[in-house]
Order: sequence, then structure tokens, then C-alpha cells
Amino acid sequence: MNLKDISTSVPRKDHKGKVSGQLAYISDEKVENMVYGVLYRSPISYGKIISIQLPNLPIGYEAVGAEHIPGPNYVKIIKEDQPIFANEWVNYIGEPILMLVGEDLDTLYSLLDGVKIEFEEHQAIYTLDEAIQQKSVSGVTMASYEFGESLATISAIEQGAHQIIKEVYDTGYQEHVYLEPQGMLAIYKDDEIVVQGSMQCLYYIKNALVNALACGDDEVRVVQSPTGGGFGGKEEFPSMMACHVAVAAKAVKKSVMLVFDRSEDMVVTTKRHPAKLKYRTALDKDGNILSMRVALFLDSGANEGLSSVVLQRALLNSAGVYKIPHFHAKGYVLKTNTVPNGAFRGFGAPQSFAGIESHISHLSKLANSDPLDYKRKYLVKQGDPTITKGKFRDSILMEEMIEDLLKKSEYKKKKGEFQTFNQQNHRYKKGFGTSLFLHGCGFTGSGERDHIKAKVKLVKTKDDQVMLKISNSDMGQGILTTLSKIVAKELDLPYEEVLYPYPDTKEVPDSGPTVASRTTMIVGRLLQRAAKKLKAQWQTGVEQEVMEDYAHREMIPWNEKTFTGDAYPAYSWGVNIVEVEVDTLTGNVKLEKVYANYEVGKVIDNRVMKGQIDGGLAQGLAYGYLEKMTSKQGRIQQKSITDYGPPTSMDVVSIQSKVFDNPYADGPYGAKGAGELTLIGGAPAVQAAIENALQTSFQQIPITPEVIIESLLMKEGEEG
Amino acid sequence: MITFTLNGRLVETDAAPTTRLLDFIRDEYELIGTKEGCGEGECGACSVFVNNLLQNSCLIPIGAIDGSDIVTIEGIMETEQFKILDESYSVAGGVQCGYCIPGMVMASAALLSKNSHPSEAEIREGISGNLCRCTGYNMIVDAINLAAKKGDGLW
Repeated sequence: MNLKDISTSVPRKDHKGKVSGQLAYISDEKVENMVYGVLYRSPISYGKIISIQLPNLPIGYEAVGAEHIPGPNYVKIIKEDQPIFANEWVNYIGEPILMLVGEDLDTLYSLLDGVKIEFEEHQAIYTLDEAIQQKSVSGVTMASYEFGESLATISAIEQGAHQIIKEVYDTGYQEHVYLEPQGMLAIYKDDEIVVQGSMQCLYYIKNALVNALACGDDEVRVVQSPTGGGFGGKEEFPSMMACHVAVAAKAVKKSVMLVFDRSEDMVVTTKRHPAKLKYRTALDKDGNILSMRVALFLDSGANEGLSSVVLQRALLNSAGVYKIPHFHAKGYVLKTNTVPNGAFRGFGAPQSFAGIESHISHLSKLANSDPLDYKRKYLVKQGDPTITKGKFRDSILMEEMIEDLLKKSEYKKKKGEFQTFNQQNHRYKKGFGTSLFLHGCGFTGSGERDHIKAKVKLVKTKDDQVMLKISNSDMGQGILTTLSKIVAKELDLPYEEVLYPYPDTKEVPDSGPTVASRTTMIVGRLLQRAAKKLKAQWQTGVEQEVMEDYAHREMIPWNEKTFTGDAYPAYSWGVNIVEVEVDTLTGNVKLEKVYANYEVGKVIDNRVMKGQIDGGLAQGLAYGYLEKMTSKQGRIQQKSITDYGPPTSMDVVSIQSKVFDNPYADGPYGAKGAGELTLIGGAPAVQAAIENALQTSFQQIPITPEVIIESLLMKEGEEG
Repeated sequence: MITFTLNGRLVETDAAPTTRLLDFIRDEYELIGTKEGCGEGECGACSVFVNNLLQNSCLIPIGAIDGSDIVTIEGIMETEQFKILDESYSVAGGVQCGYCIPGMVMASAALLSKNSHPSEAEIREGISGNLCRCTGYNMIVDAINLAAKKGDGLW
């Protein structure tokens, strides 16, 4: 492939199958001797199972539960706290207790109504606030970290400060709403179980299955089906479903399909962690920051899952893109008896950025400064230390990106126009909001070296076609295209001659999960190195195979206990400017203009990148003002897409975006991570724009019409 | 007996009249291009044409379509219009995870057949019953705009 610039777009590998609908997702699959599974789920938040009574099951219908699990009864991820089938205690509404399997779904659902379980109910913890109050009670705090400047030093600074500003900020759930609901199929064979489905992390699932089935490595195989959206929702959750169908398939000796309908998917799958962020900042008389303390609380739900890692990323981003003098942070993962929360694009960073951008912007008002001017004063520069005593090694283009966006959006001119507009209009108010953000690429700390140890393989056929053998999933983000393109360019082969079949653990080494904005940067780099190796030993018409292993570039070693060192090898950066119009009668917010600049090292495919920008930003903006999910007495209140409210085509506007080149030495063609970054700036920018329009402050997202109207009524009350 | 045409073929069935059209076309005819995203008429992934009107097949019991003409994505795949849409979606980058796409293509075709040169606002309204979580819609809007231009005179 002879592309002058790697960024030049090529056709998507999966376009034809997708546009025609003929590419089979898991729910389109049918195999011989296949039965369906449905799950009986806990109707209570917390309690002990006393007895289980099953209805009379017709021939061909069976119940599968904890007693059928050959191995230990937990879904392997980090902690051993998530049962495959709860058999003693239940910890949240919706926790799976048993599965009924059989040929006809309608029959299964009616049988489900006949299952009677007696519980001894216990007092549940329903909310994050309750969990914070009880955080010293045994079992409530699941993980915690603390780092930064000593509190003694900060106390001394606070004593000499002009004022201390305290703010408490809340963020809500966010639901992934991937268009394809979760689905998993276990294909039963005498000597192996093949688990196939919608997923991001083949080897997470494989490891969970080997553990649950207590079987050998070659007795279970995981195959990715085309995956209809992930956004983190198909990172760890599918492991549980895979255990369900695999255990059931072993028990009934048939292939078992489990596909959620939308309401089940919305109620029982993982979501973005609701969070509470507390800021305590000392200012001098001019409003300059002297010190800052952050306390961060994540609602984990009933299981720990990946929450401790989400907390790490949230904490690592707790100072945003700023160099704050005398910074201290601590954070807690707290258990509540609610649906477990998990990975979601951004992985803790969106909560932190929403909080810090809000706080800094509020501080700027005390300093009588334009929020953007105030933020720029504290912006980190190349060579600055990170809050964990790591270092921002590479050049940072934020100033250039901000300047460009100010020009494009006519920020200064428009600001004046908006002021006039707002003075003249009683009902509609216009506002501008900005956000500055970054995203650490890849796993935190030494995760790549110590836990993932990625391997990639390239296989060349006799026909000189080259196949990528890696365990990473295309879930829509486009890696079938971008990673193939990297290999094609490196080998100077036509793009069509490079193939990337959907991964199957029998064929592919563990190149790690498809998460953490690591795939292009880490796996792409390994593929590029593998391709170089293959090129060096290329023999036309001969089958060849090359492997490549992850090589770690040592920086300041990461220490998880002290929370010090380089948390990430590299950072991607972004600036968003948003214009809104708020209807003060209805509280509705209308997006008017959205501007976005990013720096992701080097773009591998312009069209794929634009897709990430538009989609990520739409999701991030909506997190700030549209999408609202709540839990009441442990029960998720939004069971349908409409109840929840993700954006439609009418809610989004055209996004003017630009990506700045700043090639990264250790990425393929200079590429860093991009997928998560694009979401992060949306919510803080939209909040700032609404605040600017209404000349008020909010301490939460989402800022729904109800929140706006309530705030306007309060303001009216105050103004008498 | 319920009788209708499906992609031009005559269908006569004794299936329960309450069977969802979505299940019928997927299970009995293995037309997998019609996807189920919500089952409640909210997402549009199961869009089909019923007598040339865009409808959510998850909301239609087959008893209600006796005598109707049903067309799925498979039924338009060979048309010139589809070829233009296919190409435009590719060039504009309208496809990511792909799950909403067959429904989105049906909605695009429905819109263009009513309004061959829609404005951006009309395009946004035309696909507002079809949810996409990957693209933020803009590249789909571009695709439809492009299809309107490329397929000038076709619709």
C-alpha cells in the first residue's frame, strides 16, 4: 500500500457486510441443537437465599444453577466477589440466581414466573451518600488510595490563605446503550465448549471460563462475533454471561444462547459509576490557587469488578490538565446494593474532568477572570511533573489548539454578541463553554508489562496474503481497518491483501483486551514491529509466521501503593468549545455549535478518527445534560431507551473538529490513543456553556431541564 | 391464513397472528438484515417498508399486515438506490458498529423517495426515529446528503 500519508482514509474492511445487514451478529446465529437460556434474577437488594422452589419443568427444559459450576463460583476478573449464580447471598436487584434453558423463549419466560425463592431480607445500602456515611463499616470500602502533598503542609497553607473554597460535585450513571444488546452463545461439543458473542476482551472471557469450568486450556475457546457497539459495556460484563452459557451448555449438553432484550440489558448490565467529588481549595486575595484537596467517591454497586482501576484513573485525572501547587487527593470505591458499575469509555476520567473543570471554572469567577484565561494560567507544560511525580515528557500543543479554536469559534466577538442577546431576550439565553482535557493512553502504570504482556502474530499464506492474529475486537471503532492498514503500509502490500478475521482464541495469542485507548498505540505498534520482521524475512509463495512481544520502555516506575511514578506512557489532549441556547421557560438546552481540537499523536485514518470524534463527543455532551439514569431503593428506574434519553439525530449538531499532528515516538506512525479522549470534554463544556448562558453555577451533571428550572426558581427567590 | 408479499414473494402462513413481523422475517425467512435493538419501537434497527412506508417491524403483529407489501433491506439490496446509499455511507463514514445501519439505510431510502433533495434539518428529522450510538449521526447525515447528490434523478 503506497499511501503518502498514513492518515488518508481507506474503505472500512467491514463496510459491505454491515451496510447490507448480512454480517451475522450473535443474535443472527443459529446452531444445531441450540436452546435458549433465561435468567432468574434476585428481586431484592440484599438478603440470604432460604429456599428455591422450581416449577414443574416440561421435558427438554432444565434449571442450571451454582451446583452445576464445575469450578469455583465466581466470575474471574480482579476480586472473587461476583458469583456466577448467587446461591447464598444476593447483593442487588437483578443478580442472577439460576438459569432456565429450553427450546422456546415464551415457554421459558412463563416458567420463570413459576420460580419461587424465599429470602431473608437484610438492610441494604441504596445510595452513594449512605455508603459514604458507612464507609468505615467492614466491607463497604472496597478500595482506596491517597497521594500527593502532605496534609500538614496543606493545612499550614490553608491557614495563611485569603479564603478556602469548598465544593461538592455529583455525577450520575451513564448507560452505554450500544445498539446491539449483550448476547452470548456456548456451542457444545464433546471435547470443547466454544463461546461466541459480542465482546471486547476475548482473554478476559477465556480466563473466566477456564476458572469456572475448571478445565484445561484447550477445552474452551472464545470467538468474537461482530460486535454492535461496546463503549466499555462489553469489557468485563460479557465474562459473566459467558460463564452462564458455558456452565449451562456443560450441564445440559446442548448449545445455549443467551441474548438480552433491551430492558434486561438496561437494568442489569454495568454502567458508568456515579461519583461524588469534593474539592477544598485555598486561594490568595487575587483568587490564585495556593493548594487543593480532592476527595473522590465512586459507587461501585454490589461487586468490585473493575472499580478499583476506574478509581485509579479517576484519581490520576483529579487535577485535570493543570499544574496545581500543593495538591492532595484521595479516593474510595464504595459498595452499595445496586447493579455493579463498570467500564465505560473514559473509565473514571469523565467524572473527574467534569468535576475539576467545573471547580476551576467556578474559581475563575472569584478571580474575576475569564474561565479560559484562568485555566490557561495553570495549564501543564512539557517537562512539568504529573500529580504522581511522573513527568509530561512529550511536547504539549494545548496552547496552539486553544488559539486555533478561539479563532474558529470567534469566541471574543461572540461573547459580546451573546451578552447583548441575553440582555435583550427574556426567554432564551445563549452561552459559551470550554473544556480542556487529556487522556492517559494504555493501561495505568506497569499494567502492560506486568499483567497484559501482549503478543501479536502475523501469518502469511502461500498466496502472500497476511493475516492479523490478535485478540482485539472491532466493536465499531474501526480497528479491522486501521490495524490492517498499518500492516499493509509497513509490508507495502495492497490493503486488500491484509486480512483481519474475527479473533478466535484457538488462533490468536493474547494481545490484551480492547480497552483503555491502548489498541492502536500498543497493539498497533507491536503489529508494525511484527510487519517489519516479516518484511525482513519475506519469502514469496511460502507460508510464514512471526510473533512479537510487548517491550516496556522504562520511565519513572509506577508504584501503585504510593501512587507515584509515570502513570501512563503518553497522553492525548483535547479542547472543546460549545455554544448553547437555553430556554428558560422549559429548561431545554439546544446545542448550537460544537468545536473540537484534539492531539492524538498521529491519525491512522482520518475518517475513522472523525467517527470517534463525532460519536465520542455526542456521548460526552449528552452525559452532561441529556442522559439521566437513576436508582431508587436499589432498582434502576429507566428501563427503556426513551426513558433514558440518549441523543437522536435532532439533538446533535455538526461538529467542527481538527486533529493536530504530534507524532509519538513509541506509537505506530506516531499514533497515540483516541477513542476515549473524544468523550471526556463534552460534559464539562456543556455545563460551562449552560452556566454562562444563565449566569449561575451547577454542582452536578446531568443538568437536565428539571435541574435548570429548579436553579432558575432558586435564583428568582434569592433575587426576591 | 395470513397472506402478504415479502420482498416480492408471496407469503402464506398459519403462524399466530400475534407473531411479530420482526420475528417472522428473521426466524422463518432468515432475513437477518432486520435487527432487534429494543423491541419497543424506539430505535429503528428493525425498520422495514410496509406498503412503502417506513415502519418498526417489532411493533407489527403479522395479523395486521394481511394483504400488505413488505420490503426488508434484502429486498432493496439489488436496486440502484441501494448502491448509491452503500457507496455514500462508505465515503462519508456513516458505518461504525453497523447494528443500526440496515435500519438507517431503510430510513434514508424512505426519506429520499419522499424528498429527493432534503435539507440538513429534513435529513435529521427523517432519521430521528433511528438511533445510532457510535457516530453521533453527523457522518450519516453527510452520507444521505451525498446520496441525494449522487443519485440525482433516481428517487
